[in-house]
Amino acid sequence: MREWSDDRVQWLMGTLLRWGVIFAAAMVLAGGAMYFASCGSAIPDYKVFRGEPPELRVVAGIVREAVSLNPLGLIQFGLLLLIATPLARVAFSVVAFALQGDRTYVVVTLCVLAVVLYGLSREGSNTVVPPERFAPMCISSDAPSRSFHR
Amino acid sequence: MNSLEFSLLVCLGGVAAGFLGSLTGLGGGIVIVPLLALWLGVDIRYAIGASLITIIATSSGAAAAYVKEGYTNFRIGMFLEIATTVGAMVGAFLAAKVSPSAIAVVFGVVLLYSAYQSNRPRPERPETAAPDRVATFLKMDSDYPTVNGPQSYRVSNVPAGFSLMFVAGTLSGLLGIGSGAVKVLAMDQVMRIPFKVSTTTSTFMIGVTAAASAGVYLSRGYIDPALAMPVMLGVLAGSMAGARILARAETRILRTVFSLVILALGADLIYSGLTGRI
Repeated sequence: MREWSDDRVQWLMGTLLRWGVIFAAAMVLAGGAMYFASCGSAIPDYKVFRGEPPELRVVAGIVREAVSLNPLGLIQFGLLLLIATPLARVAFSVVAFALQGDRTYVVVTLCVLAVVLYGLSREGSNTVVPPERFAPMCISSDAPSRSFHR
Repeated sequence: MNSLEFSLLVCLGGVAAGFLGSLTGLGGGIVIVPLLALWLGVDIRYAIGASLITIIATSSGAAAAYVKEGYTNFRIGMFLEIATTVGAMVGAFLAAKVSPSAIAVVFGVVLLYSAYQSNRPRPERPETAAPDRVATFLKMDSDYPTVNGPQSYRVSNVPAGFSLMFVAGTLSGLLGIGSGAVKVLAMDQVMRIPFKVSTTTSTFMIGVTAAASAGVYLSRGYIDPALAMPVMLGVLAGSMAGARILARAETRILRTVFSLVILALGADLIYSGLTGRI
């Protein structure tokens, strides 16, 4: 077992970030290709804020849409992977500092992780989905409706 | 313009944002928000959601290289993240209780002053300087690669830098802006960390702060997949390109670009604050 030097921790941390980004980008790219193939060429209207449909706002819904190969669900799942990457980096740091026997930094990193997770859970659960009109999942030029989605 | 052309245009904007963001430590939201909101007429809430994705993509895309190459000081980053994440929570809490307009104006003035200050670089602390007690305890002194081989540096004024990071986090929670500017300034001007280490460590840190607030943006429906897709792919390409040229980029030029960007950011904040847009 090699020693957990700073160089090794840096290398692993960089590798973790790189693979997180690669997986996220591959997912977004796949979803994007399917989106262009299936959704025609009309630009969605971003001038008026409608908000995303409820299933694209929560993790469970996004996973469900991605599994059923909905293009927008796949993209949104890729974005979730992107958001999870820095969090995975913090979690990895806790383990790395523990293996280095650096108690000060284990405490430091645990504090960061706790604050971030607290923020995510609180913000996620408190927000009520406002009763806005939802953006269509896919606008095609001939059928401007939520035709693609189920 | 059809959706493919629209996406390509947004993607190019993303490349510029990732490139600039990864080299200056600012994250790149300052490029994406005006592009989408002012030029392409996208609703500001969609633009803010895309900006959040920009920050996280710049951070992870560039930091993967910066950490491996030894520019980023991950101990400094981790320690200061306590201040920025707690600050961001406090800022989000305060947002409902204070006037963001007044704060935007004050913060804008601070940035204008900082732009002036950061163009008068102070000498970085050489390794011959007396070690700082707190920095030594936290094992922050390190070295970073230069064209002449590894250059060691010492870190000073850790408590002052930590406090300023708390302010940076609070401002980002309060105003919804990436706080890369204050992060770089705190490390560069207060803690006397070499400029490239300051910007790369800021790049490393901003992803965590942004990811912490992703939950609220996602649940409010600000993150639109069809819009975020070209942004994210462009930003990743731009930030990786930026990370590749950092080694050869001259600190003097990086400093000038950084100053110009925070000058624009400061002016924009003052204008937005005075006209009540924030």
